[in-house]
Amino acid sequence: MKKYSGFSLFKHSLSHHENWQAAWRSPQPKKQYDIIIIGGGGHGLATAYYLAKVHGITNVAVLEKGYLGGGNTARNTTIVRSNYLWDEASKLYDHSLDLWKDLSQDLNYNVMFSQRGVLNLGHNLQDMRDIERRVNANRLNGIDGVVLNTAEVKEIVPIINDSPNIRYPVLGASWQATAGVARHDAVAWGFARGADSHGVDLIQQCEVTDIITEDGAVVGVQTTLGFIGSNKVACVTAGNSGVMAAMVGLRLPIESRPLQALVSEPIKPILDTVVMSNAVHAYVSQSDKGDLVIGAGADSFNGYGQRGSFHVVEHTLSAICELFPMFSRVRMNRAWGGIVDTCPDACPIVSKTSIKGLYFNCGWGTGGFKATPGSGHVFAHTLAHDEAHPLAAPFTLDRFSTGHLIDEHGAAGVAH
Amino acid sequence: MHHIYCPYCEEIREEEEYSYTGEAHIERPKDPQAISDDAWADYIFFRTNPRGIHHEMWYHAAGCRRYFNATRDTQSYEIHETYKMGELPTFIAPTKSAPTKSAQTSASQRGDAS
Repeated sequence: MKKYSGFSLFKHSLSHHENWQAAWRSPQPKKQYDIIIIGGGGHGLATAYYLAKVHGITNVAVLEKGYLGGGNTARNTTIVRSNYLWDEASKLYDHSLDLWKDLSQDLNYNVMFSQRGVLNLGHNLQDMRDIERRVNANRLNGIDGVVLNTAEVKEIVPIINDSPNIRYPVLGASWQATAGVARHDAVAWGFARGADSHGVDLIQQCEVTDIITEDGAVVGVQTTLGFIGSNKVACVTAGNSGVMAAMVGLRLPIESRPLQALVSEPIKPILDTVVMSNAVHAYVSQSDKGDLVIGAGADSFNGYGQRGSFHVVEHTLSAICELFPMFSRVRMNRAWGGIVDTCPDACPIVSKTSIKGLYFNCGWGTGGFKATPGSGHVFAHTLAHDEAHPLAAPFTLDRFSTGHLIDEHGAAGVAH
Repeated sequence: MHHIYCPYCEEIREEEEYSYTGEAHIERPKDPQAISDDAWADYIFFRTNPRGIHHEMWYHAAGCRRYFNATRDTQSYEIHETYKMGELPTFIAPTKSAPTKSAQTSASQRGDAS
């Protein structure tokens, strides 16, 4: 794989950028792999990349039924933060944030990670108490965070409505300065290019139709391109995880819901940070292109339709317009839905299963994008050693029987 | 937005009047003390979550305030029927048998001769 650099950009400009090497190959599947990863989204590609780079396992295939990064990786609001309440979750997400910091250099691919800070607003006394508790917990875990009052929020976001007379006044916020946003497509493409350059086969337009087991152990998968053998199969299929589990007669503690986002027409730079509010359910940032990126809520019902209900959008936009009255006349350009795999405790499942050689990395729910590098990193360890990475150990399926749930509903951005 | 027929009110009303309350026909274990932790976890947390026909409960929160069941397609969002609590669905998924084991329950059975 040829390295991207300023020099290569200049060199290729001389030939009108028509001779760039393809970022990855499009191989035909081999008959047998050491590990098959189902799902070519950010988490699956990151898993493949770290398997090759950290563990030296390169006889790996990533099977994707559509195109790389075309699912939730392309459908989220690109927020990266690690201000989770409990030790287990905050360590996992902060591990991911650490990887984000050097990711562009590591991948030789600009993921446009921008640490522009994230505000989580509080609108009543209980919100502020929860925010103080969470910030204190974060600081004890070495994660930066401060509690701001209304005036301090106004200083960071001058366009916010700080009137005490609105229905849900801004009483303050938590502020994680090291949080931010990244370019979602670039993350998938960067990991894909990195994995491919280590010899991983990325196979698109290849849908897994069945997972084949013999005597309680995985032997391969049936796909639209025929049977592909492997003794280790890892499902990284987000909203479709329940469908994959059903192929081997298993169930998961997961329900799939449509979660919506929308973007406005591009406007001049006006918002240089990320503003989130769990209470009124609004979150907004501005992309480098200029459009406002807005996250709406999840639909209450199970659904695989990749579209959401209009009243959910209406609810979010009414909150955005109250917080930012100047956005009231901005026109929305596009809206879409992604299918998120919600877990009862709003924490992921990175786990072995009762079937030998079958692994799941799912349950990231409404906040998986931020975890992309960390999720791939710890899951690769789990796959390589058949034993959970220390940071992933609390996130096995066992916790639903032992009762060691990690309740992150407060820190998860979207109620579910 | 769904338009949902409440079998008690006998009217089609908008989704915002209702709350979705999850998979239907899950029976509470008769003797919770007698079952294993895995079986209890299966009852509390593990769900079928199908892509396709789904039997689910709705609550008419802003109406009669009663629970009822619906058979809905989670891919097309078509509601095939709604029916009162205690009744059985007439519209059943034409697929292979639904999975019954939770990943966790069967984990404890690993190593069993089978």
